[in-house]
Amino acid sequence: MPAALLETVGLCAFYGATQVLFGLDLKVGEGGVTTLLGANGAGKTTALRAVSGMVQTTGDIRFCGQSLAGWATEDIVRLGIAHVPQGRGTFVSQTVEENLKIGAMSRRDRAAISSDIERVYGYFPRLKERRKQQAGTLSGGEQQMLALARALMLRPKLMLLDEPSFGLAPLVVRDLFEILRTLNRAENVSMLLVEQNASLALDLADRAYLIETGRLVMTGAAQDLRNDENVRRAYLGY
Amino acid sequence: MDLFLHQALAGLATGSIYACLALAIVMIYAAINHLNFAQGEMAMFSTFIAWQLMQWGAPYLLAFVGAAAFSFVAGIAVERVLFRPIHKAPVLSHIVLFIALFAILNSLAGFIWDYNVKSFPTPFGSRSLFGNGLVSSHDAGMMGVAFTMLVLLYVFFRHTRIGLAMRAAAANPESARLAGVRVGRMISLGWGMAAAIGAVAGIMIAPVVFLDPNMMTSILVYGFAGAVVGGLTSPGGAVFGGLAVGIIENLAGTYIPYVGRELRLTIALFIIVAVLTAKPSGLFGRAIVTRV
Ligand SMILES: Nc1ncnc2c1ncn2[C@@H]1O[C@H](COP(=O)(O)OP(=O)(O)OP(=O)(O)O)[C@@H](O)[C@H]1O
Ligand SMILES: [Mg+2]
Repeated sequence: MPAALLETVGLCAFYGATQVLFGLDLKVGEGGVTTLLGANGAGKTTALRAVSGMVQTTGDIRFCGQSLAGWATEDIVRLGIAHVPQGRGTFVSQTVEENLKIGAMSRRDRAAISSDIERVYGYFPRLKERRKQQAGTLSGGEQQMLALARALMLRPKLMLLDEPSFGLAPLVVRDLFEILRTLNRAENVSMLLVEQNASLALDLADRAYLIETGRLVMTGAAQDLRNDENVRRAYLGY
Repeated sequence: MDLFLHQALAGLATGSIYACLALAIVMIYAAINHLNFAQGEMAMFSTFIAWQLMQWGAPYLLAFVGAAAFSFVAGIAVERVLFRPIHKAPVLSHIVLFIALFAILNSLAGFIWDYNVKSFPTPFGSRSLFGNGLVSSHDAGMMGVAFTMLVLLYVFFRHTRIGLAMRAAAANPESARLAGVRVGRMISLGWGMAAAIGAVAGIMIAPVVFLDPNMMTSILVYGFAGAVVGGLTSPGGAVFGGLAVGIIENLAGTYIPYVGRELRLTIALFIIVAVLTAKPSGLFGRAIVTRV
């Protein structure tokens, strides 16, 4: 296990008076991929929102050794943490290209932004064809690509991915995971991945956590969880 | 025919002021999802500031810029001090606060500057342009100023980084935050800009309607009519709506018997009701394209 890029210690999260997460200790290694598995409502989305400073939390969240407690979302983003939210967060009335520019809003290096736009078009040629189109008119899959592309415009060190394969055709999911793998291997982007397709997620990940109703029930190398009898039955279906 | 054209042009001139106010209303609506009922009173107060600066001997241009700058800062202050703390409160709390702001600005202006109607200077003169007294040189100048401002705003929103950030913050605040947009600052900026736009509108219309604490009441109704015609979510629609309301108001006042001067305000209310009944989202209301 390489040095931790992101680490939560005793992370609890609350929606008003309702506690949803109960003392999670999570780690994402430098250059690593960690996946969070769990049933609907287990608290996976909430865990990602906690890292982005979008819910009330207690406990500590450390990124590159620095505590993020009390940080505003806008400032957390500036550390290089790109959150691809569940539901994609598309700016529907803006064009595809404007969506990408919004993704680069925390950067000021204009020339590099333009070349990054071309670079993400390289990953997602479909988006290039539709660059002037209103983003709300894209198909669900295209919007998912746009969400990923928007996050890449941040030049992230860490991506928080919330069900990136949601609503995509199986073949598109394969392509998407290939792209994630490339980003991880070639561009050294670390990832905290929440995914319904546990099999693909465990393939990509080096580390995995299983949560049930806001509590960690299993922690380990992705390989170990893949071979675990209970995980196989509940999440892999064989 | 000439009469018709001149009446339409005169309508376009006042319409450009309604368009500015409608735009200010839409900008704040986009930022906080509430209608600023005090937009007109804010503009009135700004106009008094310009008048006061001129009373103190400032030249017109300085008073104009000074009042707009003051309004920009005051708009930000109103957002920070009054509205940010209650941004999660229900609609009714907002309405109460808007009405309070309306009443406070109105009586404060009356207290400082009294309720006597004052004349307000124009740098464009008041010559009649076509010899029939329908369109004055001030009308032309007012239209020029309003259109210049609207074009500059269009360029700002379409082609600048901050303009895009403001649109993103208004369209999807949560997602904008995740992209690093400082949403709170964008909302403040929207208030400041809306207040400054209102100031320009007030200063431009004051020579026509004269200066007093109630000068903007009916103008605000026209502004709302414009915003509603445009669909509340569309800045371009608001501008179109404001212009249309100005022209309709003037033509109806001329050609429909009985409407005359007295019933003109009724036209604005009629337009609001008619549009809301026929097309609740307005002519340019966001056709919400969503896909699941
Ligand atoms: N805004 C909210 N207010 C109150 N409770 C919430 C809110 N959002 C989520 N919850 C609750 O928190 C719990 C965890 O929700 P969360 O969205 O994190 O689950 P999840 O693991 O991402 O589920 P899914 O797989 O369905 O996306 C759920 O019981 C949910 O009802
Ligand atoms: Mg979820």
